[in-house]
Amino acid sequence: MSIKVNVQNLNFYYGDFQALKGINMEIHENKITALIGPSGCGKSTFIKTLNRMYELIDGTKATGSISFDGTELLDKATDVVDLRKRIGMVFQKPNPFPKSITENVLYGVKRHGDVPKTEWKELLETSLRKASLWSEVEHKLNQSAFSLSGGQQQRLCIARTLATKPEVLLMDEPTSALDPIATAKIEELLEELKKEYTVIIVTHSMQQAARISDYCGFFLSGELIEFGLTKQLFSNPLDQRTEDYITGRFG
Amino acid sequence: MTARKRHQQTEVLVRWILIGLSAVSILTTIGIVLTLAYETFEFFSIVSIVEFFTSHRWAPVFDPPSFGVLPLVAGTMMIAVLSGLISIPLGLGSAIYLSEFASKKARKIIKPILELLAGIPSIVYGFFALTFITPLIRSVAPDTQIYNALSASIAVGIMTLPMVASLSEDAMMAVPDSIRQGAYALGSTKLEVAIHVIVPAAFSGIAASFMLAISRAIGETMIVAIAAGQTPNLSLNPFQSIQTMTGFMVNMALGDIQQGSIEFKTVFVVGALLFVITLILNLIARIIIQKTREVY
Repeated sequence: MSIKVNVQNLNFYYGDFQALKGINMEIHENKITALIGPSGCGKSTFIKTLNRMYELIDGTKATGSISFDGTELLDKATDVVDLRKRIGMVFQKPNPFPKSITENVLYGVKRHGDVPKTEWKELLETSLRKASLWSEVEHKLNQSAFSLSGGQQQRLCIARTLATKPEVLLMDEPTSALDPIATAKIEELLEELKKEYTVIIVTHSMQQAARISDYCGFFLSGELIEFGLTKQLFSNPLDQRTEDYITGRFG
Repeated sequence: MTARKRHQQTEVLVRWILIGLSAVSILTTIGIVLTLAYETFEFFSIVSIVEFFTSHRWAPVFDPPSFGVLPLVAGTMMIAVLSGLISIPLGLGSAIYLSEFASKKARKIIKPILELLAGIPSIVYGFFALTFITPLIRSVAPDTQIYNALSASIAVGIMTLPMVASLSEDAMMAVPDSIRQGAYALGSTKLEVAIHVIVPAAFSGIAASFMLAISRAIGETMIVAIAAGQTPNLSLNPFQSIQTMTGFMVNMALGDIQQGSIEFKTVFVVGALLFVITLILNLIARIIIQKTREVY
């Protein structure tokens, strides 16, 4: 089993506030890693360090090491545009561009110019199929993405990310804005996706983490309290605080 | 009288006062349109409408007079187009910089300065054109006339630039941050996010700012009266003296013309045409905004 991303002693600051304290985590390839914890515990901040999205916010700083396939990801010399292509991200709320469905999916390849035009059509279809959206939109590919339902929009955002051929998928509470049926669809989809991608998902729902993930990390006040196989973490937690959280005593 | 009844009466009274207040502006508009329409109608009972729109010479106070409005329309359009060539790219560029590239601190300093430009009276721009821009143009192109369309256009362009920049920036800042983040997360550079995502998403607001700038340029009076000259000229040469529709109107208004005379009526007929052109532009702007507006 190979390690795709290796996080060592990661600290993160918003100005003077330290949001992450000495995080160590090994993220396994082709597995789903779920991150749980109460609001403000640092789990969303953590995944934003993995594609350096935090750089969009003024006054943020990360120290420590994140090794991605042997490359130091926090190194300023690492090209962030290339990095974000390889580590894709899906957000809490669906955020399609105000463009057609086709334009949304092909946005990445059009910018990066690494796929010949003749293959765009095929890429469009495979990306939408992988996001299990194809059958619902194949007859209206030129319509605005805004004409889709929330759940469809979120799957479109997944398709858009898959079209840039990432190796890792970061998902920041991707189902929190969706109804149970749309949520079930996305969870089903994640099962499929992990065959090809390494998935890291932040979730508010412990049930969701237990259902879909292979590995699970519990964050509290910027610290990673416990990290391990999901089965073990939920059945036999090592830390009292983890047990308190998963049994619903707080959070 | 009960308190409740008193309240109701006040309510009714306030309602009528407010209706009266809004009626003032509506009635004024109707009055202006009627005056323009009346004088225009009178004018066309003397001068043929065909001559007005096809003759190439505008000389209403000469003997024999000639009433071809095309030279004035050409002058106005030249100012509108040339000033747009300055205000639109510079304004949009500033807006993109302010909304997508500038740090919060830089934006805080630059935006008020830009908006200060909009507060300068247009007569100041007029003298700036005549005493600074014109000599500058003449040092490069010595054959340029003292009064010329280019100098006035540059001044009008600078004057309308803050409008384009400010309104376009507002439109771009209104694009939700989540969309911006989505684009960055797909591996886009700042420029790609700006050009391929933010500008298209904010297009309706940006287009509206362009239209407003052009409308403003068409209606601009002081700068062109001072710097563009008073020679109705059906030409596309920006180094020559021209006259715009507004330039003609202000020229006539300052001169000694008899009320009710044909010269007097020309001011209204040109004003009516100006009104119609601006109205059409505003309608086009509305259509563009409605067709391209995104609701988030």
